[in-house]
Amino acid sequence: MPAWTLTVSTDSGQFSKGLLCSDPRAPQSALFWRLTTAKQVLVRLLSPVLAMHIPDGFLSLPVCAAMGLLAFVMLAIALKQVERTLTDRLVPLMGVSAAFIFAAQMINFPLPLGGTSGHLLGGTLAAILLGPWAGSLAVMVVFIVQALLFQDGGITALGANLFNMAFVGTFLGYYVYRAVRSLLGDQGWFAMATATGVASWLSVVTASAIAALQLAFSGTANLNLVLPAMMGVHALIGVGEAVLTVGVVSFLWRTRPDLLFDPPSPEKSTAPIGGTLDGQ
Amino acid sequence: MGSKWRWVLFGLGFALVVALVSPFASSDPDGLERVANDQGFIERETSGWASKLPFASVFSGYALRGLAEPGVAKAMAGVAGTLVVFGVAWGTGVALRRRRPERPGSPR
Repeated sequence: MPAWTLTVSTDSGQFSKGLLCSDPRAPQSALFWRLTTAKQVLVRLLSPVLAMHIPDGFLSLPVCAAMGLLAFVMLAIALKQVERTLTDRLVPLMGVSAAFIFAAQMINFPLPLGGTSGHLLGGTLAAILLGPWAGSLAVMVVFIVQALLFQDGGITALGANLFNMAFVGTFLGYYVYRAVRSLLGDQGWFAMATATGVASWLSVVTASAIAALQLAFSGTANLNLVLPAMMGVHALIGVGEAVLTVGVVSFLWRTRPDLLFDPPSPEKSTAPIGGTLDGQ
Repeated sequence: MGSKWRWVLFGLGFALVVALVSPFASSDPDGLERVANDQGFIERETSGWASKLPFASVFSGYALRGLAEPGVAKAMAGVAGTLVVFGVAWGTGVALRRRRPERPGSPR
């Protein structure tokens, strides 16, 4: 039985007092939730898992088309950019990062919401390792393989999923990371870890807000309900994202700092970040 | 050469280990599913076009078909997916790298 139910107050449309409050509808929704959970577990044995991955059927045709076009343009630009700037060193790192992010996305961790889980999205991690363009390309590979091979995330919703998680996730994450890291003086583990944590949390919550907007624009959900609910759940998932991303980046920071796109480089602090990649 | 590729093997090996333990992960609905359940639009999900692709005869979601034990099926699907993603991402990188003519003076 779930200890806490995720509720939204109906009068104001605001997310009500965090996740811990008890709602008058709680007993009813808890029963509903328990039944659906049991059904879900059964269904899940045979059916693909969603993530923040939007399945087919949730988004309207105009939203799918607009997001598909946007994702296509983004993919084309990413290919061009990566072709222009990719170094030999980044080539195997693209493979390893994408492989790790795919595997890590299969590890759902439980959330303290009673029968809800989350998993790494990895956009910020990819961007910290590969830079935003190659990073977005690497996670696009992950989402495309998931949609085509594993029926995870809809084909018609692929554009939206790529935009939310492979574009917003990487670019927003990367530039927030850069900004926070340079605000804290750029050098040192603390600046890097804080920047990584803030960036990965923010990228997940922002991507969830955009997914909520897409659902609302599609007429699938009410914006006043779906936006706070999605952001609320993903504020927790984002904590997991931050912990995992800081863990991986810290491990590399200590063992193989040269694998980071913006490595710690005390004596070259005046050089543009990312400009020391060939120095190995 | 050996040490140059050691981290690649280590990274890929670590990813494969993560894929192998995936059957032990939580099978609770995730964020979007939870919200879709709570707000009553989960039933809008359609089985989708991916189930019509030839890959659907190999994988049923994250499960390799033909294996009776669900945990083993998921682990094997995870290993296969990890290797496919690794190959496609690396291959994309190699292809893009080759398309650019070498310019000796270029900064990177």
